[in-house]
Amino acid sequence: MALQPGQDETSYVVRFAGDSGDGIQLQGQQFTVASALAGHDLATLPDFPAEIRAPTGTRFGVSAFQIQFGGNRITTPGDEPNVLIAFNPAALAVNLPHLSPGAMIIVDENAFTQQRLKRADLATNPLEDGSLNEFTVIPIAISDLTQQAAKPFGLGSKDSLRSKNFWALGLMLWLFDQPRDASRQWIKIKFARDEAVRDANLAALDAGHVYGETAELAHGLVQHKTPQAKFDAVEYRTLTGAEALALGLVAAGELADTELMFCSYPITPASALLHQLAGLEDAGVSTFQAEDEIAAICSAIGASYAGKLGVTSSSGPGIALKTEAIGLAVATELPLLIVNSQRAGPSTGMPTKTEQSDLYQAVYGRNADTPIPVVASRSPADCFDTAIEAVRIALRHMTPVILLTDGYIANASELWPIPDFERYAPIATAKPDDAATGGVFQRNPQTHARVWATPGDARFIHRIGGIEKDIDSGNISYEADNHQAMTDLRRAKVASVADYLPPQELEQGVVGGLAVVAWGSTYGAVYQAVNQCLSEGYTVAQIHLRYLNPLPANLGELLARFDRVLIPELNDGQLATLLRDKLLIDSVQMNKVTGQPLGVAELKDVIYRNVPRKMLEVSNE
Amino acid sequence: MSELSFKDFATDQEVRWCPGCGDYSILKAVQRTLAAGGAKPENTVFVSGIGCSSRLPYYVETYGFHTIHGRAPAVATGVKLANPQLDVWVVTGDGDGLSIGGNHLLHALRRNIDLNILLFNNEIYGLTKGQYSPTSRPGTTSPSSPGGSFDTPIEPGLFALGAGASFIARAVDIDQKGLPLLLAQANDHSGTAFVEILQNCIVYNKDVFDDVVSKKTAADTQIHVQNGEPLIYGKERNKGLRLNAATLALESVEIGADDVTEADVLVHDETNTTLAQLLLSMEAPLPAAMGVIHRVQKPVFNTSFWQNKPTGRRAKVVDLLRHGNMLDRRVG
Repeated sequence: MALQPGQDETSYVVRFAGDSGDGIQLQGQQFTVASALAGHDLATLPDFPAEIRAPTGTRFGVSAFQIQFGGNRITTPGDEPNVLIAFNPAALAVNLPHLSPGAMIIVDENAFTQQRLKRADLATNPLEDGSLNEFTVIPIAISDLTQQAAKPFGLGSKDSLRSKNFWALGLMLWLFDQPRDASRQWIKIKFARDEAVRDANLAALDAGHVYGETAELAHGLVQHKTPQAKFDAVEYRTLTGAEALALGLVAAGELADTELMFCSYPITPASALLHQLAGLEDAGVSTFQAEDEIAAICSAIGASYAGKLGVTSSSGPGIALKTEAIGLAVATELPLLIVNSQRAGPSTGMPTKTEQSDLYQAVYGRNADTPIPVVASRSPADCFDTAIEAVRIALRHMTPVILLTDGYIANASELWPIPDFERYAPIATAKPDDAATGGVFQRNPQTHARVWATPGDARFIHRIGGIEKDIDSGNISYEADNHQAMTDLRRAKVASVADYLPPQELEQGVVGGLAVVAWGSTYGAVYQAVNQCLSEGYTVAQIHLRYLNPLPANLGELLARFDRVLIPELNDGQLATLLRDKLLIDSVQMNKVTGQPLGVAELKDVIYRNVPRKMLEVSNE
Repeated sequence: MSELSFKDFATDQEVRWCPGCGDYSILKAVQRTLAAGGAKPENTVFVSGIGCSSRLPYYVETYGFHTIHGRAPAVATGVKLANPQLDVWVVTGDGDGLSIGGNHLLHALRRNIDLNILLFNNEIYGLTKGQYSPTSRPGTTSPSSPGGSFDTPIEPGLFALGAGASFIARAVDIDQKGLPLLLAQANDHSGTAFVEILQNCIVYNKDVFDDVVSKKTAADTQIHVQNGEPLIYGKERNKGLRLNAATLALESVEIGADDVTEADVLVHDETNTTLAQLLLSMEAPLPAAMGVIHRVQKPVFNTSFWQNKPTGRRAKVVDLLRHGNMLDRRVG
């Protein structure tokens, strides 16, 4: 993916990399905003270590941020960067495998000292040993230039070096002709109380930009312009998955006219949702940080019992701890939302790396026959709608619901056309109206929901608990026939969710050949891969599942119309097992567990190997 | 509506504790307390964990939630935060509250959320058929400790004090006069009220508290503390507790003997944390302290939780959607 002088591409991929204390994520976020304001579609990938500030200069302390932006529809952060900007030798070494020959590498040459090369486990200096010959390397004294720019504002040399992320941002904004206004504004607000720091950062930003303007002479650096994306005539905003999910929960509360209580315990990468919601307390959400994962779900269940919608959130290890309480919510027929921001496992695994390997846990992972609905988000912005739909199911059927997202979705951002919220259907609840009479355990024959009667209501005083209860009275019952009836009821309830789901449709493509079936955050990569294969004339289609339990009623019928089913997943084959289990569908599996998102090119390779024919040949038959 | 009697707080469910179990009298005391205090059944919630004690909500005609092992304080926290108007009671035992649920009990107490926590301490796991518990005395023989247990037991009141509890009381299951009065005070307290009830498991740990509760000797083996009153006990009301300045421990003295006068006896101050620790630490031959041992006012979590929050929904979703970095592509 070479960057050719004088040749502008429709889209570019840029990767920022440095120490985890270098402000790489901030730099990436600022570039994202500028890119959106310049009229580009975009998708981002923050890729950072679990350590907050790992020892400087080490390989394991490298933090990176990748963005793809451009004038076409962007659905992934890109397979291979056109430009890597690396602040030190470790950042270069760690990210080199992401690059293909011809890519541009901008490095801070001040950082390539003997000591720091050694810290990065490099025996020789890659800037001198010829190992970068197949790339376009542009060494710039970023540290020196930043210090020069910051000098007039009286900061020490160490403090002034902190502005180098803004210096580099300025250069990259120049390189891709993006506006600086939003970053200038951000700096002014963020450092309003410290004029020296504010002015140093502004100066660094401008100095990086000016450097670009004059760099053509020194390095042959040429500015690249990107066409604007074709946008619908609506308002857009950038947002991360955590932001979208928080907004979706607030929106669901408004649609259901029900307040939410969000109870959670800090865990990476799920905490971002707690932080977002803690800032939305005037929107009908209150947040409670519990003493542990179990207390988090238990207090959420208590809140649901008392008439608010309890929501809890975690990642796989935390969800494992919550499992017994999920069973309690099933047994007591209470609404509850459990959000799982999946991460690489097992056990602690790789907390900041993404994976979609908690599907078994969500669908099957409880003691006894304890079915619950499972919904999955496919992209950052999609979290808004999936949160609403998950809450809709929980309240309509009086059941806990698991919403699967992942570390990539939570932290990545994309451009989102703001929906017309007035068009969202209200969410019905099972709360008794003023005229309601009868028992708490009278159930809706379609949804199997019991009455959501809550303390404070003198008409419905009752006791409930985890012990098997009589199907009619709710009293303790160890009767054989009753337990059968309750088990049947719990199965029928979750099955009835499918009656309300939209039929599964093709995202794109044609029936008959290869169906690429996926779920969760692989959506963007699958979209691009299938899209490109279609334009190359292959009989391929994309099917993306939002509802994983129950599955859409027509899914089996739909898949039967294809010659072959390919399931790419960031796990060891969990959806493949699920579809074989529920639909007796055999599939070709593509499984990847590297902690990194699915790549478009690698998926296309697998499609080529499995797609039965080109469309042209079909028409000849 | 006429006033409710304690019978109005009984459900139609058959009580399933063993005949003679101390839980029966605690249930009765709870029902009496509710009736005497004019509790509204619809605004009262009993939340319990797992164990014999935790069956109690099924027998009280209020809202009730029998949850999972050890987690009652966490569920109750959610109930109270979601609707602070409710009177929320937690019923737990020594295994449920101090073993599997120790963490939740600790955090409920330190937060000082407005719950009444009744811990039925029978020093044994009853429902699982008699294993030794975290309050069992060393040497307790049980199916899981045939040679006698050797765990160091925990003293529930000291645990609560260490967690920063604002109300700590102790009572005996069969005390039908004293227990309802104590429960009423627990209910009146703002914050977490912790009440340890010595409860007789007649099947697996029969009469384990006899050294304290036996009617014949109770006057000399218990001291019923009253705030502002001297710490005097004994059948003849001639024994008192005095601070031994050399050992920094309490000692029992006989008023009238060895020049001891009532002025030498400590006066109970329920706000004094050091005194609470001394009273809760007493072992035979000193008497066991009963009554309200510790009571202070501290910030109440559910009050703080809602204090600075905007009530009702002020921000509209249509507006929130437009926060952040906007890009307006609308025509015109």
